[in-house]
Amino acid sequence: MYTYNDTDRLLVAERVAQYRDQTRRYLAGELSEDQFRPLRLQNGLYYQRHNPMLRIAIPYGQVSARQMRLLARITRTYDRGVGHFSTRHNLQLNWVRTDQVPDILAELAKLDMHAIQSSGSCIRVVTTDPLAGVAPDEVADPRPWSEVFRQWSTLHPEFVALPRKFKVAFAGGPDDAASVRTHDLGFELVRDGQGQLGFRVWAGGGLGRTPILGQVVREFLPWRDLLTYAEALLRVYNLNGRRDNLYKSRIKILVQSLGIDEMARQVEAEWRHLQGGPQTLTDAEVERIAAHFAPPDYELLPQLDSRFEFSRRFDKEFAAWVKTNAHAHRQPGYVAVTLSLKAPGRAPGDATAEQLDIAADLAERFAFGELRTAQTQNLILPDVRKRDLYNLWQEAKKAGLATPSVGLLTDIVSCPGGDFCGLANARSLPLAAAVQARFADRAALADIGELRLNISGCVNACGHHHVGAIGILGVDKNGEERYQITLGGAIGSQAAIGSIIGPSFPAAEVPAAVERIVEHYRACRRPKERFIDTIRRIGAKSFASAAYAKDFPDFENEREAVNG
Amino acid sequence: MANKLIKGDIVVANEWTVLRLAEGESPETVKLPFGNVLVPLAVWQARQWDLVRRHWDQGHLLGVWLGPKDDPAQLAADLAHFSVVGVHFPLAGDGRGYSIATLLRTRYGYTGELRAIGAVGRDYLHFLRRVGFDAFEVNDAESAIASLEDFSDVYQVAADGRLPGFRRSATTALAA
Repeated sequence: MYTYNDTDRLLVAERVAQYRDQTRRYLAGELSEDQFRPLRLQNGLYYQRHNPMLRIAIPYGQVSARQMRLLARITRTYDRGVGHFSTRHNLQLNWVRTDQVPDILAELAKLDMHAIQSSGSCIRVVTTDPLAGVAPDEVADPRPWSEVFRQWSTLHPEFVALPRKFKVAFAGGPDDAASVRTHDLGFELVRDGQGQLGFRVWAGGGLGRTPILGQVVREFLPWRDLLTYAEALLRVYNLNGRRDNLYKSRIKILVQSLGIDEMARQVEAEWRHLQGGPQTLTDAEVERIAAHFAPPDYELLPQLDSRFEFSRRFDKEFAAWVKTNAHAHRQPGYVAVTLSLKAPGRAPGDATAEQLDIAADLAERFAFGELRTAQTQNLILPDVRKRDLYNLWQEAKKAGLATPSVGLLTDIVSCPGGDFCGLANARSLPLAAAVQARFADRAALADIGELRLNISGCVNACGHHHVGAIGILGVDKNGEERYQITLGGAIGSQAAIGSIIGPSFPAAEVPAAVERIVEHYRACRRPKERFIDTIRRIGAKSFASAAYAKDFPDFENEREAVNG
Repeated sequence: MANKLIKGDIVVANEWTVLRLAEGESPETVKLPFGNVLVPLAVWQARQWDLVRRHWDQGHLLGVWLGPKDDPAQLAADLAHFSVVGVHFPLAGDGRGYSIATLLRTRYGYTGELRAIGAVGRDYLHFLRRVGFDAFEVNDAESAIASLEDFSDVYQVAADGRLPGFRRSATTALAA
């Protein structure tokens, strides 16, 4: 993984010093609340419902075991011993103190970590596929490009006060776990007809209150031009994005109003001035960065491991875990493993300091000392020998990190919701727990198969409900917490925004409604057909009548009458 | 208006006034204040000859300022006339001025004084200087000036001409 050089360390240390002075001036009354807000946001500090929250950046999700132990220590020392992994690689601490944040940032800086640009109207922490570099089918490893972009976008002087937040993702190929189409700007690695590496560039995607999928703004961008093109696009957005209305200020609205062709034309016109200029990437620079992401010293192993196959045959529980939590790897004899943060009854993405320490230990013992954070709010060990899986599983199980649910309905993605967040209309976490409890039966869960369920506590959509096969959105109706259900959302090459099926449900009704939707799927599916594919085939509407069965008995009778 | 100004890396007296059009005032008829004055783009466009004549007759220097909605291309042909071009930040969070400054320096070749006016806080001085500003109307200029040195290295190319590490080594290699 990337290790900092002197420039990286210097800039992070100077950022801490700068923010320490800003905090001092704020606490001394020299900076007003309004003046301090953008400064603290761009250092990761949110003021939310009960207490300030610090969002620590884990750029493109890669973190070492040593860094993970530091996160554990900080969580223990400055928070209440529990951290929350967001859907964008960040670790959020919900109980920090404003005056201690400079000390936290100083501790992070010691191990090359920070909270720079993890919030605020700026280029945010860059994200990528959590299996980058090990996924068998990627065009190229997106991590070097993510790091190149991290450096360029960090403290970029022209883009410190954009109309709104700006999220950038890199995908290693068409199988897009990074979800480039739901980002303000997305780079998908591709090769052109001559085999040259470059990017398909997507712009104008985003979730939030107006969910829109990104469109192709440039079909092929040679890799050398990555940063000059990004500068051109950001400049067009910075100058022309709306600033009069917070809800219309993302680049997606600009792209919608101009149309993608006009947007592309303006970016190209701006880019013509920058193309080939000093920001153009060089072979030497890309080689320097890429060298940090060389594969670890893999052992040469056969694809099959007899001990692993034996354990899998004779331990059904282990086999079930392997089926969901172990992922194909490009190196024979290796797999990537998800350490699940979805234990029943726990907030999705939450990890205790002890679990962070144990995850670090496991990474050191079994996975070259490296971890990833996933958009699904889980941790990943990217390089594990099949031979070690049984031992790893037993250790992970003891630590509550082996819930065998990756990709299944109970692998719920959720924002912290109204329990913590000042923006939320409704609580997400009790609902996640209730849905998980409803689907506690593992055999049934396995039978339902792949199903992404996402919960957001408000229209800001931090739980990405628009792209859940089942999406649940908290809404406020006359002071009552209610939940709207959307169906058919997806990420990747088949990305889609889910459609709302009808009126909202009270909290208590949601698990039953989800169950009825799932039962409808089981009744309608073809052999081996996934939930999302059944929805695509028969339409979300068909599911709506199933979902409301209990709430609207008359509706159901009417339908029967019509049918009869 | 602050009566002190950071210019380059020292604090100096501010010898300019900024003309702002009040409600009901029009660029054609607004009274031009005595002395060196930064006028809005619309006033420059409407009163170019008045302003040039003042400059000739009375020696008042020419200056103009751009708001966040102004297109610097409109000033491109005139830039050589001005002693000072101002860029106005109505709020710290309105970052259009950073791109306007970048364009003035890198696209339109402006080499005179480029002054940040309006909501200019010390916490933004490093960024402002990097996009090409060399003068800053900021409160408490004497203490704020230290913030110009908040960061001593850079990750990206900007209008100040400083280069990120990979370009510096390339240059050194070329020179050698």
